[in-house]
Amino acid sequence: MLDALQYDFMRNAVAAGVLAAVACGIIGVYVVVKRVVFISGGIAHASFGGVGLGYLVGLSPILGAALFSLASALGMGLVTRRTRLPEDTAIGIMWAIGMAMGIIFIGLAPGYVPDLFSYLFGNILTVPFSDLVLMIALDAVIVVTVVLLYKEFLALSFDEEFGAVVGVPVERLYLLLLCLIALTVVVLIRVVGIILVIALLTIPAAVARQLTHDMKKMMVLATVLGALFAFFGLWLSYEFDVASGATIILLGGAAMLASFGFSGLRRVSGREAIVPADGGQRQDRR
Amino acid sequence: MGREVVRLEDVWVRYDGVPVLEGVDLTVEDDDFLGIIGPNGGGKTTLLKVILGLVRPARGKVWVMGKPPRMSRHEVGYVSQHSLFDPDFPASVWDVVLMGRLGRAGLFKPYSRTDKQKAEDALKTVGMLDHRERQIGRLSGGEQQRVFIARALVTEPKLMLLDEPTASVDPAMQTEFYELLENLKQRMAIVLVSHDISAVSVYVSKIACLNHQLFYHGSEEIAPEVLEATYKCPVQMIAHGTVPHRVLKEH
Repeated sequence: MLDALQYDFMRNAVAAGVLAAVACGIIGVYVVVKRVVFISGGIAHASFGGVGLGYLVGLSPILGAALFSLASALGMGLVTRRTRLPEDTAIGIMWAIGMAMGIIFIGLAPGYVPDLFSYLFGNILTVPFSDLVLMIALDAVIVVTVVLLYKEFLALSFDEEFGAVVGVPVERLYLLLLCLIALTVVVLIRVVGIILVIALLTIPAAVARQLTHDMKKMMVLATVLGALFAFFGLWLSYEFDVASGATIILLGGAAMLASFGFSGLRRVSGREAIVPADGGQRQDRR
Repeated sequence: MGREVVRLEDVWVRYDGVPVLEGVDLTVEDDDFLGIIGPNGGGKTTLLKVILGLVRPARGKVWVMGKPPRMSRHEVGYVSQHSLFDPDFPASVWDVVLMGRLGRAGLFKPYSRTDKQKAEDALKTVGMLDHRERQIGRLSGGEQQRVFIARALVTEPKLMLLDEPTASVDPAMQTEFYELLENLKQRMAIVLVSHDISAVSVYVSKIACLNHQLFYHGSEEIAPEVLEATYKCPVQMIAHGTVPHRVLKEH
């Protein structure tokens, strides 16, 4: 692996993995904690329409994906908030419509569509330098927004009604959060692809959650974990010559299982963990 | 007689055409501790949401501190019925209490020294300052309730709205809980709603029954240490031995 780093594409791949880890580490925590996994999946899949549009009009497919994911984030957010359509129904519909549009656009696009597969399943080994620049910019937008609105997003995730009572603009913040999810999807598409995005949005955050009760620490941990999954997943896929995106995710899945097993063991061995209401207060009882 | 903090006149609320509140008139003064009892689905939570300006009445007028409810929200503390959240939620007691200051702190800024001081004071008031670092979901129901009251206190409200506050407090802790409210009563008006008649204990100074319509009783009809009597509101009454009860005349 280390000698592979002498190649540009490998260095780009590692950089892309780290940049993706930043976005999914931070935003993934909100996705998991606020339980918007399904809507995130919908945003990711709807962005396929943008990939198709990009091919059709000769635009960068990743730009098309950004456009479509943002539009679908706002669309799903508004429809689920303001209409009486059940949330999962609305998401399911827009999810499929986005993909259907992508298929039609690609069918209409002139000639052969070369790397369609890499948008669906990711190909971290073909990330060009221009995409890295885009990923850096999107990461910067995500980090700055979350730093500025950290306390509001925490309240939004914890108790929306109370947020509204104390005067937090909850609906606008919710739409903004969905837009950040859309940007994260764009960052992740190159690494794991539209279909597998949801795994990187959930696994690092879910593992981090087993290890800490502090949201900031959770974000840092999830970022580190995401970067580790990306790096070692890349390594394994290089050694065994298998798909990189899928390897990254299977590695994450294995880590998830291990962390579950570990916290299960901890629960069996330590008694106060079974009686969570006591917390650390009554250790003397043991 | 104190100053008027809430005034509702002929308030009607409908959900999908089904009336939830029917012609409710209510006045709360700044030294009141009003208990509102009534069955589930009787419109208790809706009434509180009308006072908060979260639900707009189809008909009728609402003033809170002499202003429309949305304008005076920052002077109202609210403890909702649902402490329903993920027990693993990554937030400490301290994080949760500070949320009460969000409206004051403003967007894009960290909490100020004043915000933190108020949060500390509120936690001291409810006796939870020692627990500030603990994860909120790991507290007992009663402890969580105290934290949520502290969160409502940090804005220094003139009116406190409590929705089923004793639902998650185990009976042994309820006396302590009412003593806390008794203490708060000196500083603000309190409106407490509950379906549980024993929740509206001797501590409240006025009482009303709500089942779509509001029957206001004022403060006269107190008959302590009577365990059974006619009680017209469709509420089940469970009395435990020595707990003093107030019982209402037929209406």
